[in-house]
Amino acid sequence: MATIASEFQAHDDGHVHDDHDHKPGFFSRWFMSTNHKDIGTLYLIFAITAGVIGGAISGLMRAELAKPGIQYLATIAAALGVSNPSFDQQLHLWNVLITAHGLIMVFFMVMPAIIGGFGNWFVPIMIGAPDMAFPRMNNISFWLTVAGFVSLMCSAFVPGGTGQGAGIGWTAYAPLSTTGSSGPAVDFAIFSLHLSGAGSIMGAINFITTIFNMRAPGMTLHKMPLFVWSVLVTAFLLLLALPVLAAAITMLLTDRNFGTTFFDAAGGGDPVLFQHLFWFFGHPEVYIMILPGFGIISQIVSTFSRKPVFGYLGMAYAMVAIGVVGFVVWAHHMYTTGLSEDVKMYFTTATMVIAVPTGIKIFSWIATMWGGSIRFTSPMVWAIGFIFLFTVGGVTGVELANGGLDDNLQDTYYVVAHFHYVLSLGAVTSLFAGFYYWFPKMSGRWHSELLSYLHFAVFFVGVNMLFFPMHFLGMQGMPRRYPDFTPAYAYWNHFATVGYMVMAASMVIFFVNIAYALIAGRKAEGNYWGEGATTLEWTLSSPPPFHQFETLPTIKDEDHH
Amino acid sequence: MASQPAPSSPAMRRTGLLAGGLALAMLALGFAAVPLYRMFCQATGFGGTPARAASDLGVRAQVGRQMSVRFDANVDPGMPWRFHPRQRLQQVTIGQRNLAIYEATNTSGKVITGAASFNVAPDEAARYFTKIACFCFTQQVLQPGQSVSMPVSYYIDPKILDDKDLKGLEQITLSYTFHPVPTEK
Repeated sequence: MATIASEFQAHDDGHVHDDHDHKPGFFSRWFMSTNHKDIGTLYLIFAITAGVIGGAISGLMRAELAKPGIQYLATIAAALGVSNPSFDQQLHLWNVLITAHGLIMVFFMVMPAIIGGFGNWFVPIMIGAPDMAFPRMNNISFWLTVAGFVSLMCSAFVPGGTGQGAGIGWTAYAPLSTTGSSGPAVDFAIFSLHLSGAGSIMGAINFITTIFNMRAPGMTLHKMPLFVWSVLVTAFLLLLALPVLAAAITMLLTDRNFGTTFFDAAGGGDPVLFQHLFWFFGHPEVYIMILPGFGIISQIVSTFSRKPVFGYLGMAYAMVAIGVVGFVVWAHHMYTTGLSEDVKMYFTTATMVIAVPTGIKIFSWIATMWGGSIRFTSPMVWAIGFIFLFTVGGVTGVELANGGLDDNLQDTYYVVAHFHYVLSLGAVTSLFAGFYYWFPKMSGRWHSELLSYLHFAVFFVGVNMLFFPMHFLGMQGMPRRYPDFTPAYAYWNHFATVGYMVMAASMVIFFVNIAYALIAGRKAEGNYWGEGATTLEWTLSSPPPFHQFETLPTIKDEDHH
Repeated sequence: MASQPAPSSPAMRRTGLLAGGLALAMLALGFAAVPLYRMFCQATGFGGTPARAASDLGVRAQVGRQMSVRFDANVDPGMPWRFHPRQRLQQVTIGQRNLAIYEATNTSGKVITGAASFNVAPDEAARYFTKIACFCFTQQVLQPGQSVSMPVSYYIDPKILDDKDLKGLEQITLSYTFHPVPTEK
C-alpha cells in the first residue's frame, strides 16, 4: 500500500504544471488529505488492498471446495493461532471465511472503489466543481472506512463462540449472531459495520451536497453525465438504507451485551424482524454496488461509440426507478420465512418490475453502440463484457424473484452463482472498465493496452469457469455455506476451483500492468481517448492539476452530456 | 490556500444538514420498526401470531362446522421445566369458546420464571385463532418442584370459513415454547 502511494507521489512531484499547485508534504498530503483526487486515490489503493485480502480468502475457500471432504481448514485454523482445532472449530472457521469474504468484498472493496474511489475522483470534475462540498468530512469518511476494516480484521483473532472469529455470515442473522456466538469477535464485526457505515453516510451527504450545490454554470441536472447521476442516486440509497442497518446491528449489539431481547423470542422479540431490517438495507445495498457501475459503463460506451448515450433521460430516470423500487422488494430474500401466498405474490411482482428499468439500461447501451463508430479499446471491451455478464446475472435474478421457484433454490449455489454474476462479474468488471478508462487520467501514465486486453480475456474465462458451474450445482441442490459436499458435486466444484486459479492469474496481469504504467508508462495527454470523450475531465491535463477549475467552466446549451 | 479547503456556503450547509437529518430519520425509523412490526403482526396474524380478544361476545358458534386443534409444547434448551398439554387434540366447533389445559413442573431446586412464546400453524390460520385468556399473556413463576395447570381459553373465528387460502383446512396446531426469564440477582 505504502509503495503504491509513494509511487503516485513521486511521479506527481516530478510533474510541473502551469497552475499554482502548492502540494503539502507527504504526511499531510496523504494522511490529512482534503483533496478529492487524493482521497479518491487513497480509496482506490485501500479497495485494491482489501480486494486482495478478500480474494485470497475466497482462494482458501475454493481450495477447500476443490475436493469432497475437509482438507485445509485445520491448517488454516492453526495458522490463525488455534492449536489442535476441533472439528466444530474447523467448521466455525468456514463460517468465519465466508463472513470475512462477504463483508470485505461488499463494504471494503466494491463500495470504497466505486463510490469512494471513482466517485471522489470524477464527480466534482464532471460537474465542473473545484472539490467536494465538505473536504474535511471527506477525509473522515475515508479513515472511518479504514478503521472499520481494521476492526473486522481484529475480529479474526479473538474468540467468537465455537472458535476464533465472527462466523455469522455477512447477513449476521439472529440468533446465530446473538446467543449463538459468544465472545468479542462478533462485536468487533458489528463495530466494523458501524464505522464503515458512518463513513459511507458522511460520504453520501458529501456527494448530495456537492451535486446539488456545486455544479458549474449551465450544468443543469439534466445535463449531468450519467456517472454523476448514478452516484447521486447511490448516495440517496446509502442515506436511506445504511441507517436502518445501523439500527438493526445496534439492536444486535444490545441483545448480545445488555440483555435486551429485540430478536429473542424468549423475551417477546422476533428473530425474523432482524431479517426484515437487514434486507430493508441489504437489497438497496446491492443497487448501491451496481448503480455507479452502470454510470461508468454509460460513459465508456458513449465515448467509444462516439455518440451521446441513447435515451439519456430514460437512462437517468431508470436509475432513479431502480433506486425507488429497490426499497420495496426486500422480502424476496426471505421467501422461506413463512410469508403468506399474497405477500410472496407481491414481492415476486415488485421484484420482477425492476427488470423493466434495468432492461431499459441494457437496451440503451446496445442502442448507443448501434450505428456508432466503435473503437474496441480496453475499457470498451471490459464494458461490453460487463453488459453480457450482468445480463446473465440479471436473468437468474428474475428467476429467483419467483417465490415458488425460490422455495427450491433458496440457499443453494444457484443463488451464489446469481449474485456473483451481478457483483463479482458485474460490479467488478465495471470497476476494471472504469480503471482502464480513467487510469491514465488519474496517474498521467499509460497502462499497456495489450496487457489490459489480456487481463480481460483471462479474467473473463476464469470467472465464467468459476461461477457458471455453480448454476448446475445449485440446480442439483448443493447448499451454500458448507465446506464439504457429496462426491456427486465433485466434478463441477473442481472445475470452479480451476476457474478461480485462472481468474487469480488474470489479477497478476492486472498488477503487472499497474507496475508497468507507473514505472515505464508513457505520458498521457489531457484527452487521450480523443473524439467521443466529451465530459469535463477530458478538458484537464492528465493528471489534473491539484486544484482544478480555478475559473469555472461554462456548459453551453448545445453541449452533450 | 493550498491545503485549506474553501469554506462551505450556507446553501451547502443547508443541503448537508437536510441530508444528515434524513439519515437520522431513517435511523429512528429503524428502531421504530420494533413496535411497528409487533403492531403489524398482531393486526394481521403475520408469521403465525394468534389474535387476542377480551371475550367471545357476539361470536356465533357454527353448529356442525368442526375443526381439530392440536396442542404442542416445548421448552427452551437448558430450562429445567417439564411442560406438556393435558390433551393432544381437541375436536372443536368453530366459533365456540373452548378451554385447553397445559401442565408445567419445575424440576429444579430453584425458583424459575418462565415466559411462553406462541405460534400457530398454518400461518394463515393465525389471525382466526383467537385467545381470550392465556397463561402466555403473563410470566409464570414456579417454585422448586411445583406443578401447575395452565389454561388457555380460545375460539376459532368463524370468518375462517370464508378464507379462500384455508379452504378444506381440518386441523390447526397451537404451539408454545417456554423460555427462562433472567431474574435480577
